[in-house]
Amino acid sequence: MSKTLTLNGQMISAREGESILDAARDAGVSIPTLCHMNGVGDVGACRMCLVELAGSGKLVPACTTKISEGMEVNSDTPQLREYRRMLVELIFSERNHVCAVCVANGNCELQDLAIHVGMDHVRYDYLYPAENVDVSHPMFGMDHNRCILCTRCVRTCDEIEGAHVWDITARGIKSHTITGLAEPWGEVNTCTSCGKCVMACPTGAIFKLGATVAEMEKDREKLAFLKNARERREWV
Amino acid sequence: MSKTILIDPVSRIEGHAKITIYLDETGAVNDARFHVTEFRGFEKFCEGRPVGEMPSLTARICGICPVSHLLASAKAGDDILSVRIPIAAQKLRRLMNLGQIVQSHALSFFHLSAPDFLLGFDSPPAQRNVFGLMSSQTDLARGGIRLRQFGQTIIELLGGRKIHPAWAVPGGVRSGIGDDEINQIRERLPESIAVAQQALQLYKTLLETYHEEASIFGNFPSLFMSLVGRDGAWEHYDGVLRMVDSAGKTLCDIEPHHYADTLGEAVEAWNYLKYPYYKPMGYPDGMYRVGPLARLNVCTHIGTPLADAELREFRQRVGVDGVVSSSFQYHYARLIEILAGLERIGLLLDDPDLRSTHLRAAAGINQTEGVGMSEAPRGTLIHHYQVDQHGLITHMNLIIATGQNNLAMNRTVKQIAQHYIRPAHQANVPEGMLNRIEAGIRAFDPCLSCSTHALGQMPLHVSVLDANGQVVHEKMR
Repeated sequence: MSKTLTLNGQMISAREGESILDAARDAGVSIPTLCHMNGVGDVGACRMCLVELAGSGKLVPACTTKISEGMEVNSDTPQLREYRRMLVELIFSERNHVCAVCVANGNCELQDLAIHVGMDHVRYDYLYPAENVDVSHPMFGMDHNRCILCTRCVRTCDEIEGAHVWDITARGIKSHTITGLAEPWGEVNTCTSCGKCVMACPTGAIFKLGATVAEMEKDREKLAFLKNARERREWV
Repeated sequence: MSKTILIDPVSRIEGHAKITIYLDETGAVNDARFHVTEFRGFEKFCEGRPVGEMPSLTARICGICPVSHLLASAKAGDDILSVRIPIAAQKLRRLMNLGQIVQSHALSFFHLSAPDFLLGFDSPPAQRNVFGLMSSQTDLARGGIRLRQFGQTIIELLGGRKIHPAWAVPGGVRSGIGDDEINQIRERLPESIAVAQQALQLYKTLLETYHEEASIFGNFPSLFMSLVGRDGAWEHYDGVLRMVDSAGKTLCDIEPHHYADTLGEAVEAWNYLKYPYYKPMGYPDGMYRVGPLARLNVCTHIGTPLADAELREFRQRVGVDGVVSSSFQYHYARLIEILAGLERIGLLLDDPDLRSTHLRAAAGINQTEGVGMSEAPRGTLIHHYQVDQHGLITHMNLIIATGQNNLAMNRTVKQIAQHYIRPAHQANVPEGMLNRIEAGIRAFDPCLSCSTHALGQMPLHVSVLDANGQVVHEKMR
C-alpha cells in the first residue's frame, strides 16, 4: 500500500514498510550513507543518514526508520550537514587512515564521503591507536587501522554467505571486528574464503593480499545481485 | 680566543642541515661539522606493515627520488617472494630509474648548483638562484628545466604520476607502456641530448675558472662504491656492488645479503645522520663515496658512444691515473650520467620486450629476509627487510646514498673552511666564502630527507664557535 510523506518540502509517495532511505532514493533524493549496503540488512551504525522528523526533537537514521503516512522529513539542513561532517571527522580521528598509501585510495567510500561533506581538516585530536594487521589468511588481509566498524563484513558473512566468521567484540571506543572467536583469520575454519567481506568493506580495511596502493576496486552490487538472485530463484 | 662559525640553514640542497665551524685561539679553522637536523623514523613505523606496501610507503621518504626507494623496496620484496620478475618488468623499472636519474641530476645541476658556476660564488645571494639564472642565461635555464621535465614525464608515463607513483611492486610492475608513450619519449630525446651536451661543453669551459675550487672542494683520496655491471659497465639497477680503493683497484664485490659484513654504520651524538664506513678499514678511516663520481670511478666503461667519449675525456682532464678525487667533479660526473641515461633510454625504447604484457610475478612469502639495492641519483641505496611468516615487517634497515657520503661531506666542509677562513677574517667571514662551504655540500647533491628517512626545502645555517664554545658568528637564511 502506498503512503504519502513530505521530504525536504516535496510530497513523495512510498511503499508501506519502506525505510526513509529507500523512499528518498526512489524519489531521487540522495542521503549520505556508510554502513548501509544493498543486499544486507541495516543496523544504523554509522549515523551518517540521520534525518530530522517534524514533531520529534531527536534525529533518526533514515536506513532503519520506516516511513509513515503524513511524515515530514528533512534530510538536508545546515545542522545535519555539520553533524555529518563531525561524524566523518570522528571516524578519521579514531583510527589511522592514511589515504596516500592505502590499497583503497580512489576506491574508498570513507574517502568519497570526506570529500562530499567538505572535510578539509579534522577538528578532533587523532587518537593514533596501535592497531594490528592480520595477514594470516592465505588470500585476504585485515588492517584494523582502516576499520570504521560499519559491520558490513559481519552482515555480509552472516546474511549472504551464511558463515558468520566476522563479529564485533567489546563496546564503545574499544569495539573491534574479530574473526571466529577473536582468532587470527587464517585459523578460523568456518571461513569459506569466498571474499564477500572483501567486496563489502567500504574502506581498505579488508583487502586482497598483495594488493598495493589504490589497487582494491570493489564491485559491491554483486553482493546485492547474489542475494536477490537467490531469493528470487533467478537461476533455477 | 677560539671561535665558531655556524651556517644554519644550508641552502639549495634537499632537506635541513647546518654547518658549524670551530676556530682555534688564532682564528684558524680547527674543525668543521655538517649536521643534519631532521628526524624521520620510517624504519620504526614501517614495522608491522605488510611488505607489499613498502615500495609506496618508503617512496614517501622523498619527493625528489621516490623512484629510487620504489625500486630498492620492490627489489627487496622480490627477494622475499623469491621471484625472478618478468623481463619486461625489469626493463621498465630500468627505464623509470633512468628517467629519475635524468630529472634529479638536471635539478641538481641546473636549478641548484649552476647559479654558483654561472653567476659566480661571490655574486649577490638574492640573484644567485635559478631565477637569477633564468634572467641571465635564459636558454640554458629553460633547457635544464625542460630536461628535468623530460625525466619526470618518463616517470609519469610509466607510473601514472610524476611523484610517488605506486607502480613497482614486489614481483614486477603494475602497468606497461604503449606505443604512444614510447613515441612521446622518443620525440623528446634529441632535444634532451643536445641540452646535456651543451651543459657539458659549458661546464668544461669553466674548469679553468674554478680550478681553485676544484682543488679544495672535497679533493682527497677515498674509497668509492657503486653497482657495476658484471662486465664492468656503468650500472644503475642491478649487477654487483663493488668497492674500489682510491686508485680505482677493486677491493671487493659485496654480496647483497652480507652487506653488513662489509659496511658498518657509526653514530655521532651531534647528527641525526649515520656514518656508514667500510668495515675492514674501520671508522672513520673506511670513508667511501657513492654517487655519480663513484659510479664513474668504479665502472670500466659506460656502454654508449657519447657517454663513453665523455668518460674518457673526464678521466684524462680531471683524473689522476683515471681516478677523479675532487668532489667538485660530482657536477661533471652528473652531466655525463645525464647523457648516459638519455642514451640508454634511447636503446631501451627500441627493445621489443618493453611491449610485453607479462609484468608481474605472483608468489607468497617465501623468505623472511630480503635485500634490495639500486643506484639512486645520489648513490647506492639499500633496503633491507625482515618479515614474519605472513610478510609483516619485523625489522627494517635503510642505507641511503647521502648517509654514505656523510664522512666525505664532513671532510669536504673542513677542507673548504680551512682553505677560505683565515685568522685575518676575525670570524667576519665574507658571504661568498660561506657560500663556497655550502657549495661543497651541494656538490654531493645531498638528500637529507632521504638520509634521515624532512619535509620542506633546505635552508642553511652556519655558525662559528670559539674555543669556549661561544657562537661568535652566525649566518642564516
